[in-house]
Amino acid sequence: MLHIFCPHCGELRSEEEFHAKGQAHIPRPLDPNACTDEEWGDYIFFRDNPRGIHHELWVHAAGCRQYFNVTRHTVTYEILETYKIGERPSVTEASVAAKKAVDQGVTA
Amino acid sequence: MSNVNVYKQRPDSGRAESPLFHAGLDELARKGKNSAGVTLREKKLLGHLTLRGDASDPDFAGGVHKALGLELPVALTLVANADASLQWLGPDEWLLIVPGGSEFATEQRLREALAGQHVSLVNVSGGQTILELAGPKAREVLMKSSSYDVHPSNFPVGKAVGTVFAKSQLVIRRTGEETWELLVRRSFADYIWLWLQDASAEYGLAIKA
Amino acid sequence: MSQVNRLSQGGRIDRSQPLNFSFNGQTYQGFAGDTLAAALLANGVDVVGRSFKYSRPRGIVAAGAEEPNAVLQIGSTEAAQIPNVRATQQALYAGLVASSVNGWPSVNTDLMGILGKVGGGMMPPGFYYKTFMYPQNLWLTYEKYIRKAAGLGRAPKENDPDSYDYLNQHCDVLVVGGGAAGLAAALAAGRSGARVILADEQEEFGGHLLDSRETLDGKPASDWVAKALAELAGMPEVTLLPRATVHGYHDHNFLTIHQRLTDHLGEVAPIGQVRQRLHRVRAKRVVLATGAHERPLVYSNNDVPGNMLAGAVSTYVRRYGVAPGKRLLLSTTNDYAYRVALDWLEAGLQVVAIADARANPKGAWVEEARAKGLRVITGSAVIETRGSKRVSAARVARIDPQALKVRSPGDWLDCDLVASSGGYSPVVHLASHLGGKPVWRQDILAFVPGEGFQQRLCAGAVNGVFALGEVLADGCAAGIKAASEAGFAAASGELPKIFGRHEEPSLALFQVPHDKSTARAPKQFVDLQNDVTAAGIELATREGFESVEHVKRYTALGFGTDQGKLGNINGLAIAARSLGISIPEMGTTMFRPNYTPVTFGAVAGRHCGELFEPKRYTALHRWHLQNGAEFEDVGQWKRPWYFPKAGEDLHAAVGRECLAVRDTVGILDASTLGKIDIQGPDAREFLNRVYTNAWTKLDVGKARYGLMCKEDGMVFDDGVTACLADNHFLMTTTTGGAARVLEWLEIYHQTEWPELKVYFTSVTDHWATMTLSGPNSRKLLAEVTDIDLDKDAFPFMSWKEGQVGGVPARVFRISFTGELSYEVNVQADYALGVWEKIVAAGQKHGLTPYGTETMHVLRAEKGFIIVGQDTDGSVTPDDLGMGWCVGRTKPFSWIGWRGMNREDCLKENRKQLVGLKPVDPNKVLPEGAQLVFDPKQSIPMTMVGHVTSSYMSAAMNYSFAMALVKGGLKRIGERVFAPLVDGSVIEAEIVSPVFYDPKGDRQNV
Repeated sequence: MLHIFCPHCGELRSEEEFHAKGQAHIPRPLDPNACTDEEWGDYIFFRDNPRGIHHELWVHAAGCRQYFNVTRHTVTYEILETYKIGERPSVTEASVAAKKAVDQGVTA
Repeated sequence: MSNVNVYKQRPDSGRAESPLFHAGLDELARKGKNSAGVTLREKKLLGHLTLRGDASDPDFAGGVHKALGLELPVALTLVANADASLQWLGPDEWLLIVPGGSEFATEQRLREALAGQHVSLVNVSGGQTILELAGPKAREVLMKSSSYDVHPSNFPVGKAVGTVFAKSQLVIRRTGEETWELLVRRSFADYIWLWLQDASAEYGLAIKA
Repeated sequence: MSQVNRLSQGGRIDRSQPLNFSFNGQTYQGFAGDTLAAALLANGVDVVGRSFKYSRPRGIVAAGAEEPNAVLQIGSTEAAQIPNVRATQQALYAGLVASSVNGWPSVNTDLMGILGKVGGGMMPPGFYYKTFMYPQNLWLTYEKYIRKAAGLGRAPKENDPDSYDYLNQHCDVLVVGGGAAGLAAALAAGRSGARVILADEQEEFGGHLLDSRETLDGKPASDWVAKALAELAGMPEVTLLPRATVHGYHDHNFLTIHQRLTDHLGEVAPIGQVRQRLHRVRAKRVVLATGAHERPLVYSNNDVPGNMLAGAVSTYVRRYGVAPGKRLLLSTTNDYAYRVALDWLEAGLQVVAIADARANPKGAWVEEARAKGLRVITGSAVIETRGSKRVSAARVARIDPQALKVRSPGDWLDCDLVASSGGYSPVVHLASHLGGKPVWRQDILAFVPGEGFQQRLCAGAVNGVFALGEVLADGCAAGIKAASEAGFAAASGELPKIFGRHEEPSLALFQVPHDKSTARAPKQFVDLQNDVTAAGIELATREGFESVEHVKRYTALGFGTDQGKLGNINGLAIAARSLGISIPEMGTTMFRPNYTPVTFGAVAGRHCGELFEPKRYTALHRWHLQNGAEFEDVGQWKRPWYFPKAGEDLHAAVGRECLAVRDTVGILDASTLGKIDIQGPDAREFLNRVYTNAWTKLDVGKARYGLMCKEDGMVFDDGVTACLADNHFLMTTTTGGAARVLEWLEIYHQTEWPELKVYFTSVTDHWATMTLSGPNSRKLLAEVTDIDLDKDAFPFMSWKEGQVGGVPARVFRISFTGELSYEVNVQADYALGVWEKIVAAGQKHGLTPYGTETMHVLRAEKGFIIVGQDTDGSVTPDDLGMGWCVGRTKPFSWIGWRGMNREDCLKENRKQLVGLKPVDPNKVLPEGAQLVFDPKQSIPMTMVGHVTSSYMSAAMNYSFAMALVKGGLKRIGERVFAPLVDGSVIEAEIVSPVFYDPKGDRQNV
């Protein structure tokens, strides 16, 4: 049972209050009609399945009914941040890798 | 005003049946015991309005205040005066509860105060009811029912949260030291009523009219 | 002969309260404070069950959760049956009825025993896979036999009379385990003012302090326990949960605790009380003080009753005043087990000898034993025991643990109890539930919890800290750290003084050698519950199973309710040696929830019976009940299905209801339809984007049907939306789709088009909806309304406001039956009064209430779809023949448009919705029936579609159906066939799905 911080309610809430809505940051193409079948298929059917950092869309269904984004580690299930729609994540695969490199650099 | 359809939905007279009408709570209140770990009453047939608007727009908050005399409540809180309570439901959504029958006039007053703004006001009076749960064991009944933390340190008087309750959803409002309100959707009211009877059985449940 | 093994004094039992109980049909007596296991041992009951695979007699081995054998069935009545109860964890109560589960027909004469003894090789490891999987069709037979013979317990066949519930808890610090470390942690955390929960699985808090020889501040350990508990009980923010097993450690510090509130009082809870409670705890910090389990030694015939864990013997003697034997032989690898011999001696019983595997032990306990005259045989171990239903002798021989060899023939020593101790395994289960890998520590020969992803600390024996003084300090430090990490300032308190003593390291001995090879020696059991032997593990490695997880699955080591509590470490050490690798290289298997079995009652809580799932009712439900409706589940809603009159079945009632609507007028409760109020200047634009058809030109006062698709172009909901004002619409959705449509609108508004000024609010519960349908509906409605119902003033697909039955109403002139229809919407509080007025006025028109079944038939006669019945998420509007509802020229590329123009969606041979008219008009096609073009082809036939809706039409007097058929729209007039399970075939003609009034004259009058 995950414990998820709703950025609108400003509190940690139990997973059962939320619905998971899949991968975040997949904008609808501005001109769908300009997409090839393959591009359109990518948009609606294909999703990442990373081992590690994953950005997800959730909705606080039993609470404020707002959609928001979650950065979650798919191995540890740790939730590294939640942020509102329209915002960008501060924790990414790249930022984690960069931090790791710095940490190793410091200790090396 | 002409852009939306506003009309008086509640008749001036006529038989009204609240969502727990069939439970015969008044009769149970007459028959039942007075001392119990939990007491329950239905605060029925009130005027419920859902208000939507832009919280960051001072004109919106000003209009609401002008019409109601209430400041817009911040997240997870409830403000009230003698006539009305206003509760935060979401970043752009509030629930206004007024005495039954006054919701139409209230809606008109609000619409006038908010004229020209992009807002939504919806009468939902027929669709929900308030169950008041009180007594020394009321908190334990809530603990049996919801994963939300109802400890006083996390849930002071004046707080209101939408959450999961049994296998349903509702809003829990704390209105006093040992007094809580559950905002229940009409179609789920019987389920919640059965649930509350079951969950409070070990403490004794008294019904208040 | 009562309580032959009860000591004359001692123990934490109440000798003034004798309790009668029965086991396998025989009555015994024990005392209040006993566990069932203690009471059985007090009465000299040696055999408590038969082993799972070899059916060997088995006795009680342990005193706690790790007991592998005494797993019993409890209950005197059918309704009160509880399987999988460990006798060591069940408090004795008056009238307790228990029986063995392993042993058919009885524990003393056992059919399988003959197989097990005669043909030990008959069931090698992997026996499920090797013996019973082939031929596959016999597996069901085998399984029944194995289950009965293995005796896995049984569920009650009657309803459980007790009530169960959940309690959702939140705390700053959850302390798991109420032994020395846990109590110290809880005290330290509690003193800071933090919200603390202390959970312990036993009848009393205290853990091993309750049977310890140690003193704290010079007083018995149990005095300190009482003092600590009194202090904790006085702290308002501390919750003490006795008889509460933390059985699962879940994500983000969510833990589940199974508390047995009344199981110690009787098999059924006292009236008004909850029997068991599942605590669902979210903890900021968790302190695991779960202690350690003693590791038994693995020697030949170590499963004969009378072979026990050393510490368990002490527990029975000191805590329960029970001596499970007369003549004790102790076999140990460590100092700590010596206390058992000292306890035994103090109880006035005979210690035959102590076999210590170490060459030259000199620890304080050892010297104390020697000083008291006990015989210590060094460099030796019990290598084999003798006895059928009870140990009668054991052979002690010199061993070489490194070479796994016996260095002397040894002596057979008469004894009736062999206590063994191979060291202590920290109880790492909870720490590993989320995947945290335990770490091997060679210094203490044990796995301790490794790094975890969770906010947890470990304290005491689970951490590999064993000396009491250090355990208390470790617990205290963990409590302070946990509380301060949770935001509370915690200070170190005074710790009690412990008498320290010198202890020497223990010896690694995971399998005791025998003079025969492992494969040929008498069985050396590693996992008693699953009958896994050292030879079996060796065989598994020889057969090529090298991963610990594979060895586990092949041998069943650590399976089931046991979860490897006793056998895991010995088993994987044996596997590691056999493979020539180290223990850490071998690693452990995953420990999974639940730590010990949890009853289904506790899992279900209150969510059973009437409360299994919410039942939703409309405001008119009472009328439906009073008027004899049968109900149908639609989602969570209870909807009237049909209203039978006396003697009518479904078919007759629906026929009558259908004709009434076609001929005069019927009334339907349509309140369950989803209703969404939409306001804002961009509401119209939003509708254009989410519906397939165009909304730009819908005038105020009008209503329109719309289809919704997902981005893939497949239909996912439909309904009528009315324009209430320029910026105000009322959308209706399907009954089942209400919530997901609202979420759908919100996801697009919040994530894609936040610039559109529009708000959505559910009004499903606010409005009650009554549908009047039939040629006389206008006449009837006119009697109860002030609205002008003239066909020009109030045309089809428009709406009006006015009074109906004296209540303000919105009336929509829309039709799902094809007849002249009005949907009357009033505030739900007033609905029943309005409904009753309409019903009263309708008497003279023959007004007939109808339910969902009639509604389904009538709409199907008109070819109107039901989303979810005629569609399944793979059907486009064109597939449904509803291309008229697709706005092909709308400027914005609305949801579904691009998707339905994918190459695959444009293929002509897609499954398309058609009507089917059975050649025999009396035959009703079963819904879901598969269709073929050629019924004579051989099986497997080429299926070309399936029936989605099928009924008998009372109005047309023939059966009809809707179906999805490949290329169906171009096959009108052709035949399809439905080959049915019974071998018959129904032949049908493909026709238009609109069977009744195809021009729509009847609804447009």
